[in-house]
Amino acid sequence: MSMDFASGKELHQLCREHGITISEAMLRREMELGSVSEQSVRERLERSLQIMEASVHEPLGQPRRSLSGLIGGEAWKVYDAKIESLCGVALTRAIAYSLAVLEVNAAMGLIVAAPTAGSSGVLPGAVLSLSEVYGWPETKQMDGLLNAGAIGYLLMRNATVAGAEAGCQAEVGAASAMTASAVVELMGGTPDMCFQAASLAISNLLGLVCDPIAGLVEVPCQSRNAIGVANAFTCAQLALSGITHPVPFDEMVDAMYRVGRSLPWELRESAKGGNAGTPTGCRWSAGGCAGGCAGNCAPGNDAGQTAAAR
Amino acid sequence: MNYISVFDVIGPNMIGPSSSHTAGAVNIALLAYQLFSKPIAKADFTLYESFAQTGRGHGTDKALLGGIQGFGTDDVRIRDSYALADAAGIEYHFTWDDKTKTAHPNTVDIRLESPDGQVQTIRGESVGGGKIRIVQINDIDVVFTGIYSTLIVKHADRPGVVAHVTNVLSGHGVNIAFMRLYRDYKGGTGYLIVESDENIPDDFLEEIRENELVHEIMLIQI
Repeated sequence: MSMDFASGKELHQLCREHGITISEAMLRREMELGSVSEQSVRERLERSLQIMEASVHEPLGQPRRSLSGLIGGEAWKVYDAKIESLCGVALTRAIAYSLAVLEVNAAMGLIVAAPTAGSSGVLPGAVLSLSEVYGWPETKQMDGLLNAGAIGYLLMRNATVAGAEAGCQAEVGAASAMTASAVVELMGGTPDMCFQAASLAISNLLGLVCDPIAGLVEVPCQSRNAIGVANAFTCAQLALSGITHPVPFDEMVDAMYRVGRSLPWELRESAKGGNAGTPTGCRWSAGGCAGGCAGNCAPGNDAGQTAAAR
Repeated sequence: MNYISVFDVIGPNMIGPSSSHTAGAVNIALLAYQLFSKPIAKADFTLYESFAQTGRGHGTDKALLGGIQGFGTDDVRIRDSYALADAAGIEYHFTWDDKTKTAHPNTVDIRLESPDGQVQTIRGESVGGGKIRIVQINDIDVVFTGIYSTLIVKHADRPGVVAHVTNVLSGHGVNIAFMRLYRDYKGGTGYLIVESDENIPDDFLEEIRENELVHEIMLIQI
């Protein structure tokens, strides 16, 4: 029997019939369609984890500014905060890690897109923070990536994960849904709970626009990764507590796609609307105001001064 | 690969910051480098539309210059590709053309020149998630992606070339996944593009070359 699946419903069916987790189903699918051994899949996952490990930790020791100067050093500020931790150890660390990956990315460092570069902090932030807190071994971390990979594959297949097509809800929203599902499985939840968590995560970020200042993967992308992590934790907690979302996963995937397609072009990675279209956002753009802020931005470019002031 | 793998979702492993503007740019330039398969003395890049507008902030220039030096999307040397090109004696020039409209917003033209003056130009498009396609070789419209092993045969547009190439391939048991023909004008220069799921052994390229209508062969292995 084929282990391929084209929808959440089919994946759920496979899990029930074989009595397996989502990660196991995704592993078997990969082996079948790629004609590869489990060992070869795990070796590649090991490489993914190595890169993720390096990218969550590297900026903590040596913060680096991005090419534009918009971001840099945020991960360390959260990690090393002298204030009492508001979110608890696991979430605080996950947030710091997610910020760290975006710092590495913005400084031309090595990252694993998950599912995109702009949303690459969410999954490693959550999985690696929880692994440290709970002492999970590498094989279990790989299961997290496989589970997230299954949800992400369905989003790619049946909707999109491109901000230019469907806004940030398709990038950070997708990463958050993938991560929520992965966290549920890693915490011992059932496949059904995984789908519930993913549906809730998509629902919570539905409509989120893609509005990068100056078109760069920096602001608001970095802090959006932090909210992607927090949303994933929250939705995993809800699902593990037995809370369900009345709309099935496949319908939420479709809803996300339709919402995305109805977003105006200005809010789909064109760097013309939202944060990017504000007078301040426009001043960061090398080409100056492109009309997004309706001519409100002052002539000249004081982005350099702003960067220096930071 | 004709299915979405877990590594298409958890991946690619890449130098940031953008899968389209950085990783995609590396992939286009890397294909240009593989197609040229000669030492490079001079490289000219013309970036259009979104590549021209936001390319500097995305390190698109470093990515392109890295790709033509053979670096992959996850090669940390991309950050230092200017210095490494200088050290390798490669002359390079970038044109940021944000006026000309192109079919796809993330488009680049790459012109490579060898020390003995041989020239190849290609136009590539970065279509998202690091995926790319080449849409022109030496000003002739083509389409291929580099996802498959790709054999490109430049030839005179006269009868017999396709039969010759497919004969050689079938003689060696190569299964053709896709095959397309392009030309500039009737009787002019043509490009035959053959894509295969498996490795195309390069030891029978000589056999293909035996046909006098064949001008040049390029091979990209997956």
